Amino acid sequence: MNRPIRVLVAKPGLDGHDRGAKVIARALRDAGMEVIYTGLRQTPEQIVAAAIQEDVDVIAMSILSGAHNHLFPKVVNLLKEEGIDDVLTIGGGVIPDEDIPTLKDAGIERIFTPGTSTSEVVEFIKNNLKR
Amino acid sequence: MNIEKRLLKGDRRACARLITMLENDDERAIEIIKRLYKHSGNAYIIGITGPPGSGKSTLTNRLARKLRNRDKKVGILAIDPTSPFTGGAILGDRIRMSDLALDKGIFIRSMGTRGSLGGMSKATWSAAKVLDIYGMDYIFIETVGVGQSEVDIVKVADTVLMIMVPNLGDDIQAIKAGIMEIGDIFAINKSDLDGADKTKMEIEMNLDLNDKKDYRPPVIKVSATQDENMDKLVEKLIEHRNYMERTEKLIERRKDNTKFKIIKLIEEELMNLIMDRALEQNLLESLSNEVVLNDLDPYTAKDKIMRLIK
Repeated sequence: MNRPIRVLVAKPGLDGHDRGAKVIARALRDAGMEVIYTGLRQTPEQIVAAAIQEDVDVIAMSILSGAHNHLFPKVVNLLKEEGIDDVLTIGGGVIPDEDIPTLKDAGIERIFTPGTSTSEVVEFIKNNLKR
Repeated sequence: MNIEKRLLKGDRRACARLITMLENDDERAIEIIKRLYKHSGNAYIIGITGPPGSGKSTLTNRLARKLRNRDKKVGILAIDPTSPFTGGAILGDRIRMSDLALDKGIFIRSMGTRGSLGGMSKATWSAAKVLDIYGMDYIFIETVGVGQSEVDIVKVADTVLMIMVPNLGDDIQAIKAGIMEIGDIFAINKSDLDGADKTKMEIEMNLDLNDKKDYRPPVIKVSATQDENMDKLVEKLIEHRNYMERTEKLIERRKDNTKFKIIKLIEEELMNLIMDRALEQNLLESLSNEVVLNDLDPYTAKDKIMRLIK
């Protein structure tokens, strides 16, 4: 059965820089995934609504504004409220090392920081799908 | 509760999951559609097509919002191309539809073409059926950006809205065969740009040459981003729908489209049947080699493969 991995690439919050998100989107595309890109300035509610309608396997979020401690966990909590437990949630951006353990506890399964190679992200997704 | 009952109750996740299963050729999903098919047929399907960058997504977003104001539920299937090399895709139509994301009366689904060349994917038809059963009043199918010959949308839609933009070519483009023949309504988007009147005139002149019928496709200048003439476009869509229903052309078109769909399904199954056997015996590979070396011609190669199912 032909089944491409579907990934929602999202930019939560107010920062307007999506170069990184686009590079990731392109790398995932080249790895054979279907990437749904939703554009800038998405609220956690919009991200979760899109993830449900698109029935994605992965939500990949990028934040460069510093609001990650607030916005990333909010997405995970909204997913829980909807009873969704089969979506892998990952994040990336300029995120200080000391914030990473808290984010992982909150349910963001992996945080990628600057310098990560795109193949590392591809591999992580392929090896950690939940369905 | 099973996915079938959940879909009938209007469960969004059931709707989404069923579309995924259909995209992946899951037999269980096809069985579900068989059982629920009698619940379909209520939604009116509008195909939106036009060249890349003509504003299909923005315009779809605006139309959906206007139909929501009339208390209609709207499903949107937005198709973007799949890479023929990697199978991957960037599905970016939602970018223009962010403001619809939280509306419970709207369901947007992005789809990759997954190898189909007619402007849609193989599962678009069945995904539209799912949205229909899910209870949508209108379904918009936004094709990939089309060139000249991607006309499959006309085989799925009840009304085809053709989006044009000013200055894409000379007046010869308007009389060529292909996509210019399938529009039930023409909207010239970005009509604040120079050349909109000329484009309108060229399309009108082309329509003048059609056989006289009781319906002539309207040509409207609009701007989706500035909400220029968009209410008028909604009126024209509803007028065409009324026309189709009044003259029973809707039944006729749906019957034609159903024939097309059944033929497609047969084609698909036959292809799978033949190719599975041919690949199993490595026949395609070995025969292709012979043809390249001029030891065989492609017609005889075809005969040899066809013998597998005769």
